[in-house]
Amino acid sequence: MSSQPQIAIDKVAHVYRPPRGRPVLALEEISLQVQQREFVALLGPSGCGKSTLLYLIGGFLPVEKGSITVNGEPVKAPGPDRGIVFQHFALFPWKTVRDNILYGLERKTMPRAEREEQAQHFIDLVGLGGFEDSYPSQLSGGMKQRTALARTLAFDPSILLMDEPFGALDAQTRHLMQAELLSIWQRTPKTVIFVTHDVQEAVYLADRVAVMSARPGRIKTIVDTKFDKKDAGIFKSKGFVEKVDELWNLVRDEAIKAERRAP
Amino acid sequence: MKSAVFRYLPLVLLAMAWEATARLELVSSSALPPLSEVMVSWIDLVRTGELAGNTGASLYRAGAGLLLAIVIGTALGIGMAWWKPINVLLSPLVEIFYPLPKSALIPVTVIWLGFGNGSKILLIFMGCMIPVTISAFNGARSSEQTLVWSARSMGANRLRMLWDVVLPSAMPELLNGIRTALALSFILLVSSELIVAREGLGYLIGFLGANGSYEAMYAVVMTVSLLGFAADRGYQMLMNRMLRWREQTL
Repeated sequence: MSSQPQIAIDKVAHVYRPPRGRPVLALEEISLQVQQREFVALLGPSGCGKSTLLYLIGGFLPVEKGSITVNGEPVKAPGPDRGIVFQHFALFPWKTVRDNILYGLERKTMPRAEREEQAQHFIDLVGLGGFEDSYPSQLSGGMKQRTALARTLAFDPSILLMDEPFGALDAQTRHLMQAELLSIWQRTPKTVIFVTHDVQEAVYLADRVAVMSARPGRIKTIVDTKFDKKDAGIFKSKGFVEKVDELWNLVRDEAIKAERRAP
Repeated sequence: MKSAVFRYLPLVLLAMAWEATARLELVSSSALPPLSEVMVSWIDLVRTGELAGNTGASLYRAGAGLLLAIVIGTALGIGMAWWKPINVLLSPLVEIFYPLPKSALIPVTVIWLGFGNGSKILLIFMGCMIPVTISAFNGARSSEQTLVWSARSMGANRLRMLWDVVLPSAMPELLNGIRTALALSFILLVSSELIVAREGLGYLIGFLGANGSYEAMYAVVMTVSLLGFAADRGYQMLMNRMLRWREQTL
């Protein structure tokens, strides 16, 4: 992949200004390039600013220092080229599963029949057939996140921004969702930036893992984590275990530092 | 069905006590005419069309004032929550206006708009707008950041986002504010009509009372309270329907 990167982050810094109290330097000197169809994980302890970086790429927060370009264009506002999935699902609670998934499609010019067909396709893709008319409050955590994933995939963004999407799920559901995300990603290749503090999750899902340091958040190192993800025994393979170990050591120092510095 | 009968049993007891008190002349019959005679007067008022005409006039005033208050109050409340300059401009006005007893404005609205519908509609609009604005403001402020961001990333512009995310997020709180406004609209309606009006239920109560037709006066008072009750019940049903998506669990 020698083409220009799809996402180019250049020397980005971000100051978080709480309503009360002193401003906090959340990100400093962040540079990262992500190629088209690449799966990159941002790994780091809580409070390292990895979600903030994701929100900057999404256009939800203003880029005040440095630059972020997507397909060569500087990021100014949110746009349907970048879909986002949040940890706490962010489904519209007053809309049914189907209407949630239709929301992004309704913003596009598309005949109604085609919209409905698309929505149904993604409902089936994430295995929510039979729950189309349920409200989010009637769904389990895993089903809510499937709905959120389907909603984001449905309007076909070329980039998926995922903010600890499986962090609120129980361990078993999380495993299932990871495998499912991977298989969806392999079938409909998109560029993915995936924020997590789970080392194993990062190694399993991503092509590359950017390890972040705590406050101010910087990219400490970037580790290559390409594996044959279709291999069912991957979690026990020597290469995988070693990679997890290597990353774990990198993250642990930062986690300890973050703990000690926590206010 | 059975439980509904039991629920309203106290009302039946009250009606019986009323009838007995009046018939036994425990109080003077001009102060409290027997319920049965009140019912007879009510039927007379219906038959002559007096009740329907005045009810129509009153409902038009309350409805128009309330509708204006809901539309404008919601827009102002959401505007205040999402646009700082509107907040800076309006919040002191809301604060000052909030504790003012709106019935004090009855003479003012009459000077401005006369004895007809306009002054009542204006009064009800001004009084009801405050709870609607405040509840819309509080509701809109509580809308979740991630929902707003989700809508924006799916291609919703700012106005669209207000309509699609902020308004429904504010809805539970807003609907409660409107319920308060609904009750307030009846209070302001009747008091303004009692003081200066040539038609309407409040006017009818005052007119009948001044002429000593106490049975008929009671009949109109009961009509007003029944209308208020029916409006609140209907509104609650509507509200439950609109908030169906909440509090449902598997």
